[in-house]
Amino acid sequence: MSLSSTLQVVDTHLADAALTRSVSSNVRFEKVSVAYNGQVVLKPLTLSIESGEILALIGPSGSGKTTALRAVAGFARPQQGRIWIGETDVTDLPPYERQLGMVVQNYALFPHMRVEDNVAFGLNARKAPKSLIKERVTEALRIVGMTQYAGRFPRELSGGQQQRVAIARALAVRPRVLLLDEPLSALDAQIRRQMVEEIATLHRNLPDLTILYVTHDQSEALTLADKIAIMKDGAVSAHGRTGELYRRPPNRFAAEFLGRANLLPVQIEENGGSTGFASLRLGEARFSVAAHPDIDKGKALLCIRPQNLTLAPDNGRAHRLTGRLMNVHWHGELLHLDVEIGGTPARVVVTRLPSMPELGTSLDLFFASEDASLIPDDAHV
Amino acid sequence: MSSLAAKIKPALGSSAPFLWIAPPLILLLLVFAYPLALIAQQAFTTETGTLALAPALAMIQAPFFLNALLNTAEIALASTSLCLVLGLVLAVVLVYVPFRGSIFLARLIDTFIALPTFLMTLAFSFIYGSAGILNGVLIQTFHLDAPPVDFLYSGWGVILAEVTVYTPFVLRPLLAAFSQVDTSQIEVASILGARSGMILRQIILPAALPAILAGGSLCLLLTVNEFGIVLFIGAKGVITLPLLIYEKAIQESDYPAACLIAMINIALSLGLFGLYRLSVRRFGA
Repeated sequence: MSLSSTLQVVDTHLADAALTRSVSSNVRFEKVSVAYNGQVVLKPLTLSIESGEILALIGPSGSGKTTALRAVAGFARPQQGRIWIGETDVTDLPPYERQLGMVVQNYALFPHMRVEDNVAFGLNARKAPKSLIKERVTEALRIVGMTQYAGRFPRELSGGQQQRVAIARALAVRPRVLLLDEPLSALDAQIRRQMVEEIATLHRNLPDLTILYVTHDQSEALTLADKIAIMKDGAVSAHGRTGELYRRPPNRFAAEFLGRANLLPVQIEENGGSTGFASLRLGEARFSVAAHPDIDKGKALLCIRPQNLTLAPDNGRAHRLTGRLMNVHWHGELLHLDVEIGGTPARVVVTRLPSMPELGTSLDLFFASEDASLIPDDAHV
Repeated sequence: MSSLAAKIKPALGSSAPFLWIAPPLILLLLVFAYPLALIAQQAFTTETGTLALAPALAMIQAPFFLNALLNTAEIALASTSLCLVLGLVLAVVLVYVPFRGSIFLARLIDTFIALPTFLMTLAFSFIYGSAGILNGVLIQTFHLDAPPVDFLYSGWGVILAEVTVYTPFVLRPLLAAFSQVDTSQIEVASILGARSGMILRQIILPAALPAILAGGSLCLLLTVNEFGIVLFIGAKGVITLPLLIYEKAIQESDYPAACLIAMINIALSLGLFGLYRLSVRRFGA
């Protein structure tokens, strides 16, 4: 049985159960910094995760995202700052008193315990009554669609099934916050895509659950997160609502980390004013896009996602650029066109072409104002 | 055929593989099987030169033999149990509560494996013996007439010496097993609400079970056959099977009895070794 269909059968008991977790579960980092052997790996971080929200911490290796998660878990002791979960300052609490659930990359299932014992582990640790343990284990396994595997050992399950059990184990204790540390990295691409959708469905059915999701995969973050914080060199480089951050990245690093971005050098001729739009020039082309509060006149970068550049002025895409076709890559359902716009390499993604243009030919490319944003040219935040 | 054998067979050539097997086989027969066969023959031969089971049956009912067997089992089981407890505590401390110098301490304990077993007994004599440091200090401090500490010349002395000598045989596999326990399992257990005692009982020890079984079995095997420590301590009334063999063969020149006890000792050792191999296979140590 798939997870989505299983979720349909979760009865009202589950909704009642979720209510028992009704204590505030927002997470707040207040100027939290962490150092290992004198080396600062997390610079003073101030960040909030609202109750019931999924915040994805993304960034390259060594950016500090896992350290931030481990600080919430209690495995990394902050050098300074405080961490709050709801109204509780958990900075000095040991991990076992923080009322959290955690799922890690390698599942960390206890190999000598059957699935049901793995799921019951946290409840046993908290000395829950046997009847409650049975009820919660059944419920958690039902949520992740693993009821029929209750009697198996972890070694008898596939990677995806093991990860479902790990999620069930974390959910069974009704955590105030669920910490997911690269939970899908060990899975192959197809299972990973499926699990991302299943976690999204899970959160829709457990809307009170606050999730801190650490990943280096921007597509997981874009699919799941309400908000994203992009980390670089131990600090947050960009933070905001997922859609907004994707459409209007505040800097070059955020633009490039959240998927492919065409960053075209432009000259700002007039910025903002009462209209809120900046007038730009790119070669001979002139157009206007939403102004950036930190950029006045002069050089800037215009960020346009590849799928927002089209070969026809459809759907209000009124602004026109001229590019030269350099290469074509077929990706199955999509065609990726490498073009050069005013000497800057760029990419256009289309689903199909009526006729394939010759390499080297000139192409008219169109985009809409709302699909483009300005970012500082020297923004290496 | 093992995969390694399958791989190297072409390299060795297909002609006359017995030429490779014959030399070690002959050597093994000469230095091991033949002497063992002589002992077996001696053990089951009567004074008239006929083979019989009667001497063996008489031996296993003899009080001195039963006493030695009981001593051997008691000392081996007690030593092994204490080795396991001490080894577990040391391994947990060295791996999970590391302190400055813990690596040095682990390596120092390792070196015990290389030392002859009687050396520890000799050291114990200097410390706990009737004329040792401890008794000297106690006699001088409390103006006593006789040495108050005299456990060394009892079964407890043998057990203490064996525990000291054989704990590294338990500690070494435990250190290896503990270092391979997935840290994230411990972290997840902790997040789920488990405290250190529960993590140790339910996560770490089950993961180290193969190492515990392997180390314990090996320790049991070695303590059953321990001779040097028992002889060197010379504990009053503590006669074990190896010591009984020595007494019969060297002191009483009763070779048939010595050989018979040796055969029983071998059977006991092989049984324990079988148990060791079984536990290794069953739990994958």
